[in-house]
Amino acid sequence: MIRNVLIGVLSLGIAGTAYWGYREHQEKNAVLIHAENNYQRAFHDLTYQIDLLHDKIGTTLAMNSRASLSPALAEVWRIASEAHSDVGQLPLSLLPFNKTQEFLAKIGEFSYRTAVRDLEKEPLTKEEYRTLQALYKNAANIQQELRNVQHLVLKNNLRWMDVELALATNDRPGDNIIIDGFKAVEKNVDSFSKSAEFGPAFVGFEKKEKGFVRAIGKPISKTEAKRIARSFLDLKGTENIKVTASGKGADERFYSLTIRDPKTKSDIYMDITEKGGYPIWVINSRPIKKQTISLHEAANRGMQFLRKHKFKNLELYDSAQYDNIALLTFVTNENGIRIYPEAIKMKVALDDGTIVGFSARDYLSSSVQRPLPKPTLTAEQAKKKVNPNFKVLEQRQAVITNDMNEQVLCYEFLGTLGEDTYQIFVNANTGMEENVEKLQSVEQNYS
Amino acid sequence: MKESLQQKAKCNKLGFLLFLYKKVNWKENRDKTTEAMREVSHMSRKMQRNLSLIVMAACLAICGKPAEEVKAFSNQVIQRGAVGDDVIELQARLQYIGFYNGKIDGVFGWRTYWAVRNFQYEYGLPVDGLVGESTKAKLVKASKYHERFVKEQIRKGNSFTHYGGTPLSQQVKGNKGGGAANRAARTTASNVPRGFSQNDIQLMANAVYGEARGEPYIGQVAVAAVILNRLEHPSFPDTIAGVIFQPGAFTAVADGQIWLTPNETAKKAVLDAINGWDPTGGAIYYFNPETATSAWIWNRPQIKQIGKHIFCK
Repeated sequence: MIRNVLIGVLSLGIAGTAYWGYREHQEKNAVLIHAENNYQRAFHDLTYQIDLLHDKIGTTLAMNSRASLSPALAEVWRIASEAHSDVGQLPLSLLPFNKTQEFLAKIGEFSYRTAVRDLEKEPLTKEEYRTLQALYKNAANIQQELRNVQHLVLKNNLRWMDVELALATNDRPGDNIIIDGFKAVEKNVDSFSKSAEFGPAFVGFEKKEKGFVRAIGKPISKTEAKRIARSFLDLKGTENIKVTASGKGADERFYSLTIRDPKTKSDIYMDITEKGGYPIWVINSRPIKKQTISLHEAANRGMQFLRKHKFKNLELYDSAQYDNIALLTFVTNENGIRIYPEAIKMKVALDDGTIVGFSARDYLSSSVQRPLPKPTLTAEQAKKKVNPNFKVLEQRQAVITNDMNEQVLCYEFLGTLGEDTYQIFVNANTGMEENVEKLQSVEQNYS
Repeated sequence: MKESLQQKAKCNKLGFLLFLYKKVNWKENRDKTTEAMREVSHMSRKMQRNLSLIVMAACLAICGKPAEEVKAFSNQVIQRGAVGDDVIELQARLQYIGFYNGKIDGVFGWRTYWAVRNFQYEYGLPVDGLVGESTKAKLVKASKYHERFVKEQIRKGNSFTHYGGTPLSQQVKGNKGGGAANRAARTTASNVPRGFSQNDIQLMANAVYGEARGEPYIGQVAVAAVILNRLEHPSFPDTIAGVIFQPGAFTAVADGQIWLTPNETAKKAVLDAINGWDPTGGAIYYFNPETATSAWIWNRPQIKQIGKHIFCK
C-alpha cells in the first residue's frame, strides 16, 4: 500500500519536474530566438543598406544637374548613417571591425558636407568626383562580400548567437563563416583606406588629433612635475605624490600625478604636459560639505585663481550650480572678441570656496592664430542675416570652431525666439550662419 | 541695511504707543485729589515701569525676529546658474510684477536672466544680469513675495504662478502629471550640461557603476569619459544608448550589472566627464589586465593605467 502511494507520489513528482523543465527550456529558447532575431534583423538590414548605398553613390555619379545632386548626396548620408547604426547593433565589438565603421562614418560626413554646400556656387571639384568614384568602387566591394556572407547565412541557417559565443570564448574564431566574412570586409576597407584613392578631399575630414599645441617649452622631469603641482595646488608639502609617465598611446606625452593628503585621506589627481609642464586637468575627490558661499563668490574665487596662475584675458562665460559645486567656464576675451575654443573649466566647492577641479585641455589644444582677423561685415550687416523673428539681446564678436573644423571669426548674437534662448554665430566675413545653438541649461526634475 | 531700516520704523511706532499711554495717564491723574493723585501716580508709575518693560521686551523681540514680509533674500549676489531659495524668491518677485513668465523652479536659467536684465533696464539699474544689493532692494520695493504660498505649491508639486493683482487661490493649476510631490520644498528643476538630460546622465551612471564601482573616483570618471569619447569616434555608434548597449562592448551590460542602482559617486563622475574632464587622454578602450582574454586588446596603444583598468586608443 505504502509502496504504491510512494510510487504514485514519486511519479507525479517526476512528471511535474519534467513539465517544469520543459517549460523552462521553451522559455529559454524563446528568449534565445528573440535575441537571435534582433541580430538577424540588424545584419540583413545592414546588407540591404549597403546595397542601397552602392546604388545611390552610383546615381550621384551619373547625375549632372546640381539641383538634384544635393538631395541625392543627402540620401547617401542618411543611408550611410543607418548602416553605421546597424553595425553598432551587431555583436562585433570583439572583432576588429572599426575600419568598416569608420568608412561608413566617412562616407556620411563626405556626403553631408557636399550636400549642404551650395553646389551652384561651389560645384564638386575634380578631386571630390574622384573620391566619389573611389567610394563607389569600395562600396561595391563591401556589397559583394556582405552579399556572400548573407547568402551563406541563409543557406546554412547560421546563427549570430554562435558568432557571439565564438568571439567571447575565443574558441578558434577562424572557423566561423560569418566572422571570416566580416574579417574579409574589414581587410578590404583597410587596404582601400590606406591607398591614396581616397584623395586629399577626404583627409581633411578626419578630426585632427591636435595635441597640446599651446604647451610649449622644454620637457620637464618628474621632480619638476611635482614642484609644479605643489605650487599650482597650493600644497602644504606633507602630501605623498606619485608620478607616472603616459604610455605610448598618448597623443602627447604627459605625467599623471596622484596626490594623497595623509591627514584628510582624500586624493587629488592631476595631469601635466611633459612639454613645458602645463597642468592639463585636476580633480580633487574630497567630499564637499554644506554650501556656505554663493555661486557668484565661487566665480570670483575662480577668477582670482586664474589671475594668480598667470592666465590672461579670461572672462566668465558660463556658470552653473550642481548641488554644492559650482561649475565655471572661462573663455579668452581679447579686445571684446571671445575666443570660444580657448576655454578653461573649473569646479569650485561651495563649502569653503576652494578649487576642486580644473581643466585646460581645450585651452591648451586650441590653435587660434594671432593676430585675430578683422571682420569685413559690420555688426548691423551681420544682424540682417539672422531670422527676423529672433530678438537680439546681446551681441559681440567671437571666434568659434565650425562644422568644417575651421576657426572662424563671427558675430555672436544672443537672444530669444519665443520662450527659448539661442546663440547664433554669423560669419563676420561671409555672412553665413556658422552655428545656431539652443541654450537649454535647466531641466525639470521628474522625481 | 534694508532690514534694519524697517526695524527702526517698527521701534518708532512702538515708541509712539508708549507716548500715547503716558498722555492718557497724565490726563487721568489730573482729575484726582492730591492724595489719590499721589497714590495713583505712584501706582501708575509702577505700572508704567512694568508696562514699559513689557513693551521694551516686545519691541526687542520684534526687532530680533522680523516679520515674514520683511524677510527678503540672503546677502549673496545671485547670478545665472545659481540654484536655491533665493532664486525661487527672485523668480516669484519678478513674476509678481510681470517680468518673468516662466516656471518658478528655483534655477536661474536663461529666462530668469532676461527677466532680470529687463527689470534692471526698466528700473534704471546697470544692466548686467547680476542680482546684487541695488537690484534686490529695488525688486523688494517693487514687488511682493508670498513665501508660504510659493513653498507650499512647490512642496505639493503643483504648477502655479505668482502674478500680482490676481488672487493667489486662482493661480494654482493643480498637479498635472509632470511634477511629483517634492517633500523637501527645494527647487523643481536642475542644471544640466548642454545636450544631456538627467536621464542620459542616469543611464551613463548605471553603466559606470556596473563597470567600475570598485574603482577610485578617477577611475569612474575615466570610464564615463571613454563612453563619451566613443560618441565622437567614427568607429562607434553616435548615441549614448547606442554606445552603452553595443553588443559585447561592456561586460556590465552583458551580465546585467548595469541594472544595479548607481550611487551618487557614479553620478558625479559622469557629470565631471560630461563637463569636460577626461582623465584618459582620449581613450576609446579599456580593459582589466587580470581578466582580459582577447589578444587584440593588448595590442592597442596604451595611454595609462587608472586603478585596475588600462586605457588605450
